[in-house]
Amino acid sequence: MSLLEVRDLFVEFRTRDGVARAVNGVSYTVEAGETLAVLGESGSGKSVTAQAVMGILDMPPGRITGGEILFQGRDLLSLPEEERRRIRGSKMAMIFQDALSSLNPVLTVGFQLAEMFRVHQGLGRKEARARAVELMERVRIPAARQRVGDFPHQFSGGMRQRIMIAMALALEPDLIIADEPTTALDVTVQAQVMELLAELQREFTMGLILITHDLGVVADVADKIAVMYAGRIVETAPVKELYQAPAHPYTKGLLDSIPRLDQKGQQLNVIRGMPPSLLDIPPGCAYNPRCPMARAVCRTDEPPLYEVSAQRRSACHFWREMFDGR
Amino acid sequence: MGRYVVRRLLQMIPVFIGTTFLIFVMVYAVGDPVNAMFGERAPDPATAEQLREEFNLDKPIWQQYVLYMGNIFTGDFGNAFNGQPVTELMATAFPITIRLAALAIVFEILVGITLGVLTGLRRGRPIDSGVLMLTLVVISVPTFVTGSLAQYLLGVKWGWISPAVSPAAPLRELLLPGLVLALVSLAYVTRLTRTSIAENARADYVRTAVAKGLSRRRVTVRHLLRNSLIPVVTFLGTDVGNLMAGALVTERIFNIHGVGFQLWQGIVRQNSPTVVGFVTVLVIVFLLANLLVDLLYAVLDPRIRYA
Ligand SMILES: Nc1ncnc2c1ncn2[C@@H]1O[C@H](COP(=O)(O)OP(=O)(O)O)[C@@H](O)[C@H]1O
Ligand code: SF4
Ligand SMILES: [Mg+2]
Repeated sequence: MSLLEVRDLFVEFRTRDGVARAVNGVSYTVEAGETLAVLGESGSGKSVTAQAVMGILDMPPGRITGGEILFQGRDLLSLPEEERRRIRGSKMAMIFQDALSSLNPVLTVGFQLAEMFRVHQGLGRKEARARAVELMERVRIPAARQRVGDFPHQFSGGMRQRIMIAMALALEPDLIIADEPTTALDVTVQAQVMELLAELQREFTMGLILITHDLGVVADVADKIAVMYAGRIVETAPVKELYQAPAHPYTKGLLDSIPRLDQKGQQLNVIRGMPPSLLDIPPGCAYNPRCPMARAVCRTDEPPLYEVSAQRRSACHFWREMFDGR
Repeated sequence: MGRYVVRRLLQMIPVFIGTTFLIFVMVYAVGDPVNAMFGERAPDPATAEQLREEFNLDKPIWQQYVLYMGNIFTGDFGNAFNGQPVTELMATAFPITIRLAALAIVFEILVGITLGVLTGLRRGRPIDSGVLMLTLVVISVPTFVTGSLAQYLLGVKWGWISPAVSPAAPLRELLLPGLVLALVSLAYVTRLTRTSIAENARADYVRTAVAKGLSRRRVTVRHLLRNSLIPVVTFLGTDVGNLMAGALVTERIFNIHGVGFQLWQGIVRQNSPTVVGFVTVLVIVFLLANLLVDLLYAVLDPRIRYA
């Protein structure tokens, strides 16, 4: 039994302009202690999938129209809200991108950390406060005891994100979802925060879903990767294999667009065009208007997730050519 | 913080002088107060002269103002022309109006915020549209009309309450006048709370609170409401002054002998010391209320620092 198994998930948003099909049949699994990196351009449905797992989707306008989310063997989507609430924060936790807006501006960080213990474990004010200080020390916030009464805006960006991490770790959950945890940070502190997260994950053997569009980060910490495009997973693979030989033109496009030291000064190969509107996803392969390999069949037939190897899948009709062409 | 308060208090001085001087000039420039004292009869010139001297009315207006202000700061608000000290009128009038205004604020908080939260969380639903319409009606109909109507229906026609408030103005008799006084502000509080709640409900920190596994109630009260009330509290603070002024109308409708009543009497009888005295105190109340709001703001929103 996997820690988390998302099966054929569909999510749509009813907006004034029409129905945005944000997630269209996503499946992935995360084992205990494993790190899954979810990759893809902005708007590809990474966050929405994660929010569906956490049970914090905006409903309405959002709606889960199909699929299952199995967490430790239980289908979350069929649980009553009260039971899901108890899982949230204690068994699975989420780290958001922008810690400044994600922390409550008018409550002290100590209160916000202590709240986890008070609500889920019924600890008293004092004891919860002491645990909050411990947590802050754990994520290496200097002078934690003095700063526990400070407000979020009094911390630097990196320290704030550490507090978010501390909050997620408070009850030692089995699964952590980190939604672009370093995107809002200065480049210099990005690595530190990422290291801290990876270290704590190892220590607690938690499952980690790391949502990012930074391929550089992924190589160091992830075990496997799921690449998303227009609400679908187009490729999944163990990290090393994917970097060595992508089995989907979109993945190859992403890899080619990483700036590399040995190609300094050269033009980057940015994927041409824009992701499709989710209100009107093109028929066939959603990537076909941008794909350099696209052929007639790509405009009519939607590619299934082909089995490339035991641990690899690719949603490209011509995944074999990706390998042959090398 | 301390330095900020001192600075603010100093800044109040010119505002205080400006407003009180203006009202002083206005009151003393309108007609001759000595003539007004004698009503229809023309005063005997010698007596009039004596009175003018006694009340400093023979001096230039700025000098009168300076003398008056000097007296005020020794606690002497002068006498009404009938000889009764103005401070005596204040001692009976202010407690009544303060009770009335406090009641109005309580209504605004209890009813306004509750309605605002309910509608803010249910935007676009029937209860939201209904309450929104109602607030629009309340805001657009003058207080004089709603007040008189309520007095007629509840007081005269159905006889649920006594239509006029007795001179002592006990709290029970002030309930309806308090509600009438609150009504327009209450509608604003409802709308302000609603907008603020709806806006904050989409904020990232609310999503975090949900992700922490907090109950719906705790997310709403501890996280959403706490943030949404910042602009509402500011409004309530500045409303203290408005309520005092609004009491003028309400007190007349229900014949309450408060500040508004005394002010009205002072105006129609051209009783200058009364008018100037009451307005001066109102100006002070208004200025202090504003300072209090600014300080409260810093308590509610830790991001605000006063230097
Ligand atoms: N609250 C919402 N209301 C309406 N549409 C939404 C909402 N959240 C997400 N969407 C839609 O879902 C799409 C995918 O969003 P998201 O999962 O956040 O992308 P990303 O891969 O960048 O995390 C968005 O482009 C948007 O069309
Ligand atoms: S299916 Fe066709 S369009 Fe889609 S990625 Fe493969 S080659 Fe490109
Ligand atoms: Mg996102």
